Amino acid sequence: MKTIQTNSLIEAPLDFFNKIGATFLNFLAAVGRLVNFMIHSVKHCFLPPFYPSQLIRQLTDIGYYSLPVVGMTALFTGMVLALQSYTGFTRFNAESAIAGVVVLSITRELSPVLAGLMVAGRVGAAIAAEIGTMRVTEQIDALRTLSVNPYKYLIAPRVLAATFMLPILVLIGDIIGVYGGYVVSIHSLGFSAGSYLTQTWDIITRMDVVSGLWKAAVFGFIVSIMGCYHGFNSARGAQGVGAATTNAVVSSSILILIFNYLLTQIFFS
Amino acid sequence: MNNESTNNKSPNNKIVLSNVSKSFGNNHVLNGLSLNVPTGKSMVVIGGSGTGKSVMLKCILGLLDADSGSILIDGKESVGSDTKTRSKFMKKFGMLFQGGALFDSLRIWENVAFGLVHGQGMNKKQAREIAIEKIRAVGLSPDVAELFPAEMSGGMQKRVSLARAVATAPEIIFFDEPTTGLDPIMADVINDLIVDQVKDLGATALSITHDMASVRKIADYVAMIFEGRIIWTGPVEDLDHSGSEYVEQFIHGRADGPVTRSVA
Repeated sequence: MKTIQTNSLIEAPLDFFNKIGATFLNFLAAVGRLVNFMIHSVKHCFLPPFYPSQLIRQLTDIGYYSLPVVGMTALFTGMVLALQSYTGFTRFNAESAIAGVVVLSITRELSPVLAGLMVAGRVGAAIAAEIGTMRVTEQIDALRTLSVNPYKYLIAPRVLAATFMLPILVLIGDIIGVYGGYVVSIHSLGFSAGSYLTQTWDIITRMDVVSGLWKAAVFGFIVSIMGCYHGFNSARGAQGVGAATTNAVVSSSILILIFNYLLTQIFFS
Repeated sequence: MNNESTNNKSPNNKIVLSNVSKSFGNNHVLNGLSLNVPTGKSMVVIGGSGTGKSVMLKCILGLLDADSGSILIDGKESVGSDTKTRSKFMKKFGMLFQGGALFDSLRIWENVAFGLVHGQGMNKKQAREIAIEKIRAVGLSPDVAELFPAEMSGGMQKRVSLARAVATAPEIIFFDEPTTGLDPIMADVINDLIVDQVKDLGATALSITHDMASVRKIADYVAMIFEGRIIWTGPVEDLDHSGSEYVEQFIHGRADGPVTRSVA
């Protein structure tokens, strides 16, 4: 009786540590698979054959069709930012700082991060669902049997298009966001147009915009890689494709927030 | 077991599988499977669901890597081969997938011409002409060329998939359950088309199916797979007197017999 009790006392913590160990090993294996997939994908972006028609299609899908959602997000973010800044800054008689706060917040942080998150929701989900469906309906196997490398035909155009188009979307978002803040400041808060624009122009530097564009390129890469990875490794059935889509959006959103911090450290520390 | 037609020493074997094994974790799907497919003949592998038919096909195609054993294609080893060699093998293959696997973002003619344009580098105009010719050869009107796969019925999609499989004039054509999900008349039409297309190309065909009408129509040789091994192989004429109780049970579709007893 005593032996049984002693055994269970030893085994219970061992089981616990076994589970922790197995989870950690599974995590490392998943990271390894993801890194391997990423290296393969990047390699095939630069090795022929290339599929320009696929690239153009993705540039349109990822860039052009994301413009309304990114534009709307930037516009209302700029407007809200101006209103909130005004509410706070009037307490310290610092209303003149609003233009600077709006332009720096938009270009450095809000435009790239919000555009990244919106594109993760729109494009990352679509990539994972499309490639996941192709996986479960054997279309990816069919590509291979027709002597076409799926990394070159499916993955590389999406990765290139997202990495290239997100900075353009963010640049447009910067302009629209600043314009949103300008409209609210002029029409609702009673600022003078000339002084608002002068303050905006005086405070912004090239680095503020460029850092946002670099962030956008990294976020575009993350969104496309996570969408492709989860779609490519989708499990069978509708549930598998659904899980791939969810995982793509969740993982790319989290990675965007983590990399935003890391990039901010690199650019501004 | 009858191996008369498929001696693996014979130079007339297009595909030779020897002791091929493949496992997924603890699930041993192929357990030392051996099979020879004679050049220019149609071999059909029969067997129940989950016996390893599709995995065998994917190992030959290089879509899955066999854990051990040897797969010779035209006498050249495929297992463990590099990407370049794999790519050379792929150029010899055509494949009709169970669900058709047509690319739903492309038009029908683009699907059929896909291997010609992207695999062989043919110009689009010439590839389109060949695609239309193949669409006609599988009994479809050239008018369907501009449609998308979602606009066609299952039977029509299977025909298009067949047209795509033969468009590059492959030396070896694989058929994965070609008649599954079709009504008996359409299944017979597809079987006729398979026989015609394989004959026209002089290709070697390897099919997997559990549709016995299809087996009798398209097979020169039949092999039965069970628990990841080939348990019987022989000419289609011998199918009804195979001497194997497993084959007997399968071809007559009996609920009681050695197959069900093993599973139980």
